Amino acid sequence: MKTAVFRIWRGNAAGGEFRDYETGVSEGMVVLDAIHHIQATEANDLACRWNCKAGKCGSCSAEVNGMPRLMCMTRLSELPLDKPVTVEPIKAFPLLKDLITDVSWNFRVKKKIKKFKPRPPDAPDGTWRMQQEDIDRVQEFRKCIECFLCQDVCHVLRDHRKYDEFIGPRFLIYVAALEMHPLDTEDRLEELRETQGIGYCNITKCCTKVCPESIHITDNAIIPLKERVVDDYYDPLGWLWKKMRRKKGSGGS
Amino acid sequence: MSAESTLSRRSFGQTMRADVWWAQPLVVFLGLGAFVVYSTWAALQGRNYYFGPYLSPFYSPEIFGPSPHSWFGAKPVWWPAWLIFSPSLLVLWAPGGFRLTCYYYRGAYYKAFWADPPACTVGEPRSTYLGERSFPLIMQNMHRYFLYLALLFILVLAHDVWKALWFVDPATGRTSFGMGVGTLVLAVNVVLLGGYTFGCHSLRHLIGGFLDQFSKSPACYRGYACVSCLNRRHMLWAWMSLFWVAFSDVYVRLCALGAWHDLRFF
Repeated sequence: MKTAVFRIWRGNAAGGEFRDYETGVSEGMVVLDAIHHIQATEANDLACRWNCKAGKCGSCSAEVNGMPRLMCMTRLSELPLDKPVTVEPIKAFPLLKDLITDVSWNFRVKKKIKKFKPRPPDAPDGTWRMQQEDIDRVQEFRKCIECFLCQDVCHVLRDHRKYDEFIGPRFLIYVAALEMHPLDTEDRLEELRETQGIGYCNITKCCTKVCPESIHITDNAIIPLKERVVDDYYDPLGWLWKKMRRKKGSGGS
Repeated sequence: MSAESTLSRRSFGQTMRADVWWAQPLVVFLGLGAFVVYSTWAALQGRNYYFGPYLSPFYSPEIFGPSPHSWFGAKPVWWPAWLIFSPSLLVLWAPGGFRLTCYYYRGAYYKAFWADPPACTVGEPRSTYLGERSFPLIMQNMHRYFLYLALLFILVLAHDVWKALWFVDPATGRTSFGMGVGTLVLAVNVVLLGGYTFGCHSLRHLIGGFLDQFSKSPACYRGYACVSCLNRRHMLWAWMSLFWVAFSDVYVRLCALGAWHDLRFF
């Protein structure tokens, strides 16, 4: 049976080291299979978070050969097995043990985002009607599985630690899903600019690159939000145009 | 709301990536660097930028200048003597600004020229970071104003292609309809620049992306869909148009110098 060496980070917040484990590999195996095999045979105390093994729960996020990946979706056949495969915890969040990090910061950030605020129901049955073309755009954002790989790869969080000033790609998608929703009436642009730090994004597109759901985070969420912020804060002609239209509208009614 | 990572900050270039992560920023650095050097050199030449009905896109529109393509005649008398003059310098700042503030190029040159970051998950040289929230990078928000100018340039360059279909016979002085390789070079230039400009993220927003309910504005929705279609390959359009606009200048310049012969189809 063919074998491969996995260089896995072992340790906790106080410190740790990489340790090598050799395990057999067979056709169709993913990194999570190898981790489970190592856990069962060589390192029973290896801590690793997982759940669905189908790329839908977002639990098994880690860094494989230096890139944020879901371990359950990373096939060994995609990796060069002639060299050790490094497996580390995601680096943007505090390490708990081995491959497990504390991602609770994300849940605290989410609570601070203004909630969905629909307009009053306008259909005869007391509900709403939406057209498919109105919701196509936000449906893409609903695919997010909250694996936080985008948060991990974003250098604003990962390297510059702007946790208090920047909400990260995951929550920019979340804001985009709310802000572009055809029923929503809430205005989140001031927060986006002031406290959620959209201006920190410098469009590296690393978040898009690592997204296991292939959400076009930068092109379809972050840049359109940046443009909406430009509408309100950096475009004097647009501001004047809007003001004139509003005046014309109020004059007509 | 701190979530300090327990891992120490990485030094410049430090990464666990096993692939050739440096290849892409290096290619961008060389590609954009070569373009900036060549376009600056070409813009400062002030000669050999037209050949018969062909005008180099680096010099179009020629507002003032010595060629027959000039809109308002030769160099104006009020032009300061100490200031270098080239017809290109009057116009090249606009498409240059459009590319400089383009969302695609921003991400590309922040990585390739400023290592901010050098590549995904690769350590950066600086610990401070301001992003696009403060001067000078907050000026990137002017992108839509450069877009308006770039759209005008597409019209001008399309008109240049039309003019490149009319050749003057040096013997008789008569103008006749025709087509040469140069005509095709300039036509491809407009198509590629159009693909790049009409796929702009700002245009995508301005034409319909600002709406929450597309169904109430079907025309805006169609426009949004068209721009989105081009926007999906924005990077490809950006590079193809960048290469071709430089090649168009090279073609016209070498024809003007007599190094290349312009083949006439009819």
